[in-house]
Amino acid sequence: MARSSVPGFLISFLVLVAALLLAFTVGRYPVGLGDLFAVLAAKLTGHAPNVPPAVENVIWQVRGPRIVAAGLVGAALAVAGTAFQGLFRNPLVSPDILGASSGAALGAVLGIFISLGVFAIQAMAFAGGLVAVAAVYAVGSAVRARDPVLVLVLAGVVIGALLGAGVGLIKYLADPYNQLPAMTFWLLGSLAAIGPSDLIPLFGPVAIGTLVLFALRWRMNVMSLPDEEARALGVPTGPLRIAIVAAATLVTSASVATAGIIGWVGLVVPHIARTLVGPDFGRLIPAAALIGGGFLLLIDTLARTAAAVEIPLGILTALVGTPFFIWLLTSVAKSWSTE
Amino acid sequence: MTLSGRDLTIGYGDRVVGTQLDISLKSGEVLALLGPNGGGKTTLLKTLLGLLPPKGGEIELGGRPLASFTSRERARRIAYVPQSHTATFAFTVETVVLMGRTAHGSLFSRPTAADRAIAARMLERLGIAHLADRPSTEISGGERQLTLLARALAQEPQFIVLDEPTASLDFGNQGRVMHEIRALGRSGHGVLFTTHDPNHAMRAADRAFLLRQGMRIADGEIRSVLTRMQLEELYGTKLTVFQDRDSGESAFLPG
Repeated sequence: MARSSVPGFLISFLVLVAALLLAFTVGRYPVGLGDLFAVLAAKLTGHAPNVPPAVENVIWQVRGPRIVAAGLVGAALAVAGTAFQGLFRNPLVSPDILGASSGAALGAVLGIFISLGVFAIQAMAFAGGLVAVAAVYAVGSAVRARDPVLVLVLAGVVIGALLGAGVGLIKYLADPYNQLPAMTFWLLGSLAAIGPSDLIPLFGPVAIGTLVLFALRWRMNVMSLPDEEARALGVPTGPLRIAIVAAATLVTSASVATAGIIGWVGLVVPHIARTLVGPDFGRLIPAAALIGGGFLLLIDTLARTAAAVEIPLGILTALVGTPFFIWLLTSVAKSWSTE
Repeated sequence: MTLSGRDLTIGYGDRVVGTQLDISLKSGEVLALLGPNGGGKTTLLKTLLGLLPPKGGEIELGGRPLASFTSRERARRIAYVPQSHTATFAFTVETVVLMGRTAHGSLFSRPTAADRAIAARMLERLGIAHLADRPSTEISGGERQLTLLARALAQEPQFIVLDEPTASLDFGNQGRVMHEIRALGRSGHGVLFTTHDPNHAMRAADRAFLLRQGMRIADGEIRSVLTRMQLEELYGTKLTVFQDRDSGESAFLPG
């Protein structure tokens, strides 16, 4: 093991803690740090806190669920991006490479178009993501080629484009006064409507997918070698690729169904994590989860406090992510080769 | 133990690259595979490694069909040293060598202390222990080749198959790799390697297998196979042979 990964983890952890404190305290109804700790302590000891009930309500009912959701979605997108970048041996890959986001987008937009309820729309988005990736995988497997990974990426591009056309068609047909704004808002990503009941359908898939990926962390190191090399090292790459894609897709689809499409997190955060703790997936996956959670939490706090109206998350992540990524490309390209 | 292919038809997809190939490799033997580009060397290598199913014929490892081995069982018996390349991610040299231990663990396991000890021993054996903590993307081509060799040794295989192990190495590193290949044979490994240089085959191998356009031209003891006539026929070029008066060893110059 090269340099120690302890400082990297410490930084990731501190960023997350800072993001948490910030997210709980700032907002239209400011909450002091003292009040926050009083409420938390009261919850632990079972006493009634010595703060106004409104403060307690803001912390547990309004900000709490949204903060948990932001942390989970950020962590999920970062972990999925980490997995896909390793699997495709390409540091420019993001979780939507196999069409999970475009599939979810089509599902959600369709749900809005036929006027379904919120939960049905989320279910449609979740299913859309899974079906899209399954279709990409089926197409990729049907093609017999020397490089199965490349075929998979190309199938993802093609099917993603088709799904994008479907989204475009539905937006074109949609009612421009009621449905179209809802679709646009959803496609840009937001956590504004999150309540406590949204957390279970998000937490379950994210936890399962992340645990599967973490359990396979050593095999994922080997899977980042060329396919034939990994097989010569005794790794059954075919079945493992399915397992990794399925786990990462589960995680991505659950996030997209809850928060809409939020780009950049799954692309940028794995790079930051790799710079901090190195390329070994055993350390990379937890670090990416911590940083991804902290990052999206900061972005979401910005989204609800920076302006009088909510700023869509996808716009903020692009605003922050683009310059950051350009900086990464020019200065810290050391963590992966530029061959 | 023997790794052998009988009456093999090899190729990718619908393309047949070679036919009627009989090849065998015994423990402790070093076999060089020579032939012009596009003659099927790499395809034959990958078929014998079990990475590419043969389109005809049988491959046996220790008397058992190679196809009946799981990928883990196979990786504990045959190791592959691919042509050296730069990895996508900057794993340390130690991590790269530890990847050779993968087939000795279960699906969810990580390398154990025993695995680390074996990796350390292989790094020591190849004289690159000082590189253990270096990113594998920041070492020289020769060091990278030795790292891949250490990874193959960490698999604790009976057979080691190397694809052009001396390609793109400088003169000194070519010598080091040749030396290591000879040492592998002496330590009881069956070694198969491809090369473009008959001199390297002469230096390191006991036997040579000549392959042209998917057909076997010759297979036998190195000195009886690597003659001026055979090599001129194999590569379709004139060559000059030099012989050292004292040792009797020969060297070839093309053109």
